[in-house]
Amino acid sequence: MSSPAPLISVKGLTKRFGQREALRDVGFDVRSGELVAIVGPNGAGKTTLLSILAGVLQASAGTVSGSGSGRAAGWAPQQPAVYLKLSVFENLRLFARLERLADPQAAVERMLDQTGLRARAHERVERLSGGNRQRLNVALGLIADPPVLALDEPTSALDPGQRERVWEFVGALARAGTAVLFSTHHLGEVRRHASRAIVLADGELLFDGAPAQLVAAAGGEGDFESAFVAFLKARGH
Amino acid sequence: MRWLFQKDLLILRRSRLLVGILIVYPIAIALLIGLAISRSPGKPKVAIVDETPPGQTIAVGSEHVLVSRYAEQLFSQVQPVSVPAREQAIADIESGRVLAAVVIPRDIAALVSSGVSQGSVEVLYNGNALEQSLVRSQLNSALAQANLGFSEQLQRAAAQAIGVLLQGGNLGILGGPPNMVGLDQIPAELRALIARQPHGADRSTLERIEAFASFAAQNLGLSRSVLSTVGQPIRVKSTLIQGRRTPLNTFAVVVAVSVSLMFVCVLLAAGGVALEREEHVLARLARGLVTREGLLAQKLLLAACAAFALALAMLAGIGAFVSLDASRVGQWLVALAFGALAFAALGVAIGALAREVRAASLLAFLLSLPLAFLALVPSGSVARGLYDAIGVISFAFPFKAALQALDAAVNGASPGLGVSVAHLLGLTALFGALARVGLRRLD
Repeated sequence: MSSPAPLISVKGLTKRFGQREALRDVGFDVRSGELVAIVGPNGAGKTTLLSILAGVLQASAGTVSGSGSGRAAGWAPQQPAVYLKLSVFENLRLFARLERLADPQAAVERMLDQTGLRARAHERVERLSGGNRQRLNVALGLIADPPVLALDEPTSALDPGQRERVWEFVGALARAGTAVLFSTHHLGEVRRHASRAIVLADGELLFDGAPAQLVAAAGGEGDFESAFVAFLKARGH
Repeated sequence: MRWLFQKDLLILRRSRLLVGILIVYPIAIALLIGLAISRSPGKPKVAIVDETPPGQTIAVGSEHVLVSRYAEQLFSQVQPVSVPAREQAIADIESGRVLAAVVIPRDIAALVSSGVSQGSVEVLYNGNALEQSLVRSQLNSALAQANLGFSEQLQRAAAQAIGVLLQGGNLGILGGPPNMVGLDQIPAELRALIARQPHGADRSTLERIEAFASFAAQNLGLSRSVLSTVGQPIRVKSTLIQGRRTPLNTFAVVVAVSVSLMFVCVLLAAGGVALEREEHVLARLARGLVTREGLLAQKLLLAACAAFALALAMLAGIGAFVSLDASRVGQWLVALAFGALAFAALGVAIGALAREVRAASLLAFLLSLPLAFLALVPSGSVARGLYDAIGVISFAFPFKAALQALDAAVNGASPGLGVSVAHLLGLTALFGALARVGLRRLD
C-alpha cells in the first residue's frame, strides 16, 4: 500500500541572507498527521525553514510544494503575533475575517473550544499569561483550519504546566490529521511528542527520521539529549 | 481593509491616554506657536527720571517747545513709571520692577536750544544677554519713535517762526513789534519806492536791497518745505507682489492648524505601522491576508482622516474668534486633505523604518518640530547659504508645502493652492514609496 501524498514537499531548499547561507539544499516531505520536530543548535536555520514553509520568507533556490505549503499552512511564530489591546475573541474574529472564512463566527467558536480559552474570551491579551498568549498565537495559526501547522518554538517561554497543555492541544491536532512541524530546544519534548525529528546544523539537514533512530545513530547510549549532542559532535558541530 | 480600520479604531479607543496626548499636545504646541507669532511684544515697563525743571522750554527762534513734551512722547511708547531720582530708578531695575530706566537730564533744554550740540538722554538697564538684547531693541525703537515725535514738534515751531518772518503782521508774539512787515512783502514795497526814486546811487542801492530781499524771501519759503522733509526724509510705501495681504493673526491660525495636522498625522501613522511590527503581527498579515501596500494605505488613510477631522474642527473653532473667509471652505478642505495625506505618508515611512512604536514616536517628534520651525524662518534672517539649505530641507518635507497650501486656502496667499497641492502629492508618493521599502523586511 502506497503512503498518502505529502502535504509539503521540500526539494533543494536554499536560503541566503547576503553572503550567509542560512539553509543549504534541504529536502524532505511531510504527510498528514505527522508531528515533525525541527531541532538544531542556535543559528541552524530552524526559524528560516519554518518561515519559508509558511510563505513568510521566499527561498533563494529550491522548491516548496504541496497542498499544505505556503499560504495554506497555519503559522505561529516564536513571539506571539497577537494584538495586545484586543481581547482573545477580537483577535480571533479579526483574523477569521481577514482569512475571508465563510463563517468567521463558527471558526472563532471552534478555536475557543479547541484552545480552552473560552473562559478568557473577552479578556484583553495584555492581561493574559504567556501560556495563554501562546495558545492564542497557535489558535490564530489554526483559524483557517490548515492541513499543516508550523510552530516556531511554541513552548520556549512557558512553565512545565503550560508546556504540557500546549502539547495536549498539538497532539490532538495531529491525531485529527493535521501535520504539525515545530522547532524546539526542549529535546525531551521531541522524544515524548514528535513522530519524527529533522536535525539541522549550519543550514544543512543532518538527520531525518524517528527520534529513536537518532539515539541509535548516536550509539544507542543515554537519553535523547545526550544522543543529540553526540550526533552533532560526530558530525563536527 | 475595513477590518483593519475597525481594529485600529478599537485599539485607539482603548489607548485613551495616548489619544489624549495625541490631541492635546499638538493643539497646545500649535496655540503656543500661534500666539507667539500673532502677538507683538508688549510695551516695556520703563522708569522715567525727568530731571528738567517743570515748565522748561526749548527756544526755536521766537517759538518755544516744552521739554515735558519729550517725556510725553516717550510715555506713549513704553509703560512708564515716573521715579524722582536716578538712584531710585537703578533700585527699581535691580529689583525687577522695571525693565530699564531713561534719565532726561537737567541741561537737555539748553543743549537743544544752543543749536550746536545734541541733547542726550541716559538709558539704564541690566539682566542677562537675552534680556539686555531685548531691552536694547525695545528701547531703541521706543526712543526712536519719541525722538521722531519730538522732532516733529520742533519742526512745527521752526516752521511757525519762519512763517512769522515771511508774513509779518500782528502775530501777538511776546516781544514782537506790532503790524510787523513780513519778508514776503518787502520786495513789492521796495519796488514801489524804487519807482519813485530818480536814477542815481540811492536808487541803485535800493535795487540791490530789493534783489536781496526777493532772494531771501524765496529761500526762506523753500526752507519751510525742506523742514518738513528733514524729520522723516523718506516715507515708506509698501506693495505686495503676489497674493493678498495676510493679516498676522490669520497666518498664525494657519500655522497653528498646520502644526496640529502634522503632529497628529505623523505620530498616528508612524505609531500605527510600527505597532504592527512591534506586536509581531506584520508577518502574519503579510502572508497574504493584506498586501503591504494595502496595509500602508490603510494606516495612511486612518491617520489622514483623524488629523483632517481634528484640523478642520480646529479651524472651525478658531474661526469663531478670528475672522476667516467662510466662502473659502472648499479650499480649506482641499488643503487639509492633501496636507494630511502628505504628513501621513511621512508618518508611515517613519513607522516602517523605525520598527518599534517608541522609536517611531521619538523620530516623529525629532523630525517634525524642527521642520515646522525651519519652514517659518523668513528669508533674509539668516545667511544666504543657510537659507538655501533650509529651503531644500523644507521642500523635501511636507510642512512648508502644507503651510503654503493652507495659507493659500485660508488667506488667498501666494503660491496658489494648485502648486502646493501638486507639491504635497509628490511628497505623498515619495514617502509612500520609502515606507514600502521600509516594509520589505517583516521582522
